[in-house]
Amino acid sequence: MALFGYSLKERQTRELLALGVIRFLGGSFLAVMGALVVYLVYRGGSAISWDFLTEYPRDSMTAGGIWPAIVGTFGLAAGSMLVAIPLGFGAAIYLAEYARPGPLLTVIRLGVNNLAGVPSVVFGLFGLAVFVSFLGFGRSLLSGCLTLGVLTLPTVTAAAEEALRQTPASFREAALALGANRWQAIRQVVLPAALPGMLTGAILALGRAAGETAPIIFTASAALTLNAPESVFSEVMALPTHIFNLATNGAHIAATRPQQFGACLTLIVLVLGLSLFALIIRARLRKGRKW
Amino acid sequence: MSEARLLAPKLSPTEKGFRLFFLAAAIVALGQMFLIALFLLNEAAGLLATAPLGDFLFSKDWYPTYEPPEFGALALIVGSVVVTIGSSLIATPVGLGLAIYLAFLAGRRKREWIKPAVELMAGVPSVVLGFIGLAVVAPFLQDVLDLPTGLNVLNASFILALMAIPSIASLGEDALAAVPRDVLDASYALGATRWETIWKVAIPAAMSGLSTAVILGLGRALGETLVVLMVAGGAAQIPTSIFDSVRPMTATLAAEMGETAIGSAHYHALFALGAVLFVLTLAFNLLAYWLGVRWRRG
Repeated sequence: MALFGYSLKERQTRELLALGVIRFLGGSFLAVMGALVVYLVYRGGSAISWDFLTEYPRDSMTAGGIWPAIVGTFGLAAGSMLVAIPLGFGAAIYLAEYARPGPLLTVIRLGVNNLAGVPSVVFGLFGLAVFVSFLGFGRSLLSGCLTLGVLTLPTVTAAAEEALRQTPASFREAALALGANRWQAIRQVVLPAALPGMLTGAILALGRAAGETAPIIFTASAALTLNAPESVFSEVMALPTHIFNLATNGAHIAATRPQQFGACLTLIVLVLGLSLFALIIRARLRKGRKW
Repeated sequence: MSEARLLAPKLSPTEKGFRLFFLAAAIVALGQMFLIALFLLNEAAGLLATAPLGDFLFSKDWYPTYEPPEFGALALIVGSVVVTIGSSLIATPVGLGLAIYLAFLAGRRKREWIKPAVELMAGVPSVVLGFIGLAVVAPFLQDVLDLPTGLNVLNASFILALMAIPSIASLGEDALAAVPRDVLDASYALGATRWETIWKVAIPAAMSGLSTAVILGLGRALGETLVVLMVAGGAAQIPTSIFDSVRPMTATLAAEMGETAIGSAHYHALFALGAVLFVLTLAFNLLAYWLGVRWRRG
C-alpha cells in the first residue's frame, strides 16, 4: 500500500529509522545523566563522613568539613519560606477566592508568571540594590532570605493558586449555603482541602531556594565563617557558594577537589530529597483524592 | 450587581481584615514585578551619564576597571546569545526526542519511572552542573581535542543543554499527551505507521505546546548564571569558533558585582546589563505565554 507516495517497504524503513533515532536521543540523555550521577556519588561518597558533615573547615579549607555551609543553607532556605509562604499563600487566596475575572486579574497573573522566568542573578541585583544597600541590611542572612523569598514568591503563589482552583466549587457553595461567610468557607472548607497541594508547591520552592547560588553571592554569603551566625545581620556560608568558591577561587583548587565533590553530593541529596518528598506527597494526594 | 451587594451579608471585621491582607499580598506579588523593573532601570540610568546607550549596546570593548573605563556590552550580549543558541542546538532535538519517547514509545510502566526521574533532574542545582562542567567535562575536552582550555562555548552549551533538556522533555510530553486519543486512533485506522502518526498528526496538533516548551527551555539557558560563570571561560570577546571562551551577561554580573563599589559607574553598567537581561527574558516569557494561550484556544 502506497501512502504519502511511498511504498510499504520504504515506510517501514522510515519507521524503524525514525523511532531508532528517537530512542537513541532519549536513551543517550538518560545514559549521560545516569553516568554523571554515578560518578558524583562515587567521588562525593568517598569524601563524605560524619566529621565532614559536622566540622568547620580547617587548613585553608583543605581539611575539615562543611558544617557552617549546611547550617547557612538551611537558614537561608527556611528564612526564604518565612517570606514567601505568607505572601504567596495570601496572594493565591486573593487571586483564587476573592478576585473577579477581569483585566486586573490577567495582569497580576501575567506578572506572576513572568517573574517566575526572570533569571535568578537579576533577583540578586534587586536584592543588592534594595535589601543590602537601600534598606541597609548589608550582606547578611536577612538580605539573603529576603532575596530568596522574593525569588520563590512567584512559584509559591502560582502553585498555591493552582491547588486552590482544583478544589471543587461545590465545596464552597455547600459551605456558603449553610450560612458560612466567605472567610469561614475558605478557612474551614477550602483551605483544609487545598493545603497539601499548596505545601507541595512550597516544598519544591524550598528545594530551589536551597540550591540557588547567584542571588546569594552578593547578598548573603561569606567565603568562610568560624562561628555560628550571631544574628540575622551576620554573613553566612552556604553550600552552593561554598562549592563555587572552592572550585574557582584560591590557591588550593586541586587540593580541595574531594571537598568539592562531597559538598556537591550533600547539596544534591538535600535538594533532590526535598523535591522527591514533594513529588511523593503529590502522588499520594492524587490517589487519595475523592473529587 | 447592586442587588447582589444588598443581599450579601455584611462583612464581619475579621472577614474584612483577612480580605485586606490577601489583597495586600496580591499587590505585593504584582508590585514586585514593577519594583524590580524600577530598581533595575533606575540604577541602570546612572550609566547614561558616562556612556551613551549606543556605545553600551554596540561597542565590544568591556574594560570596566581601566582609566577611563569602557562599558561596551556587545561581546557580553553576543556571548549570551551564542551559548543559548549552542545549547538549543543540542537541547531541542534531545529534549523533544525524549518527550516523544515518553509519550509514545516508553509504555506505561517505564514512563511512570522515567518521567519523575527527568523532572527530578530539572531540579539539580546549577552550581552542581557547573562544577561537573569545570571538573569533569573541561579536562576531558582539553585532553581529547588537544585544546588550550576546555572552558569554552562548546562545554557551556553542552552543560546548559543538560539543564534545559529535562524541562523541555517534561513540558513537551505534557503537550503530546494532551493530543486527543481518538485523533491518533483515526490516524492508525487509516493505516498510518506509528512514526507517520507522530510526525503528521501528533506533532502538528501539539505544535504550540512543544514550541512553548522549547522557548521556556531557551529562556532558562539565557538566564542561567552559574554554569556559564564556571564553564564558559570568561573572556569578553566575540567568539570565532566553538572552542573560544566567552563571557555571557549573567557571568559578568555574578563575577563583577561583588567587587564593585555601590554607586560607581561600573555598578551602574552592571545594572544596565541586568536590565538588558530582564527585557530579553521578559520577551521570551511573553512569547511562551502567547503561544500557550493560542494552544489552549486551538
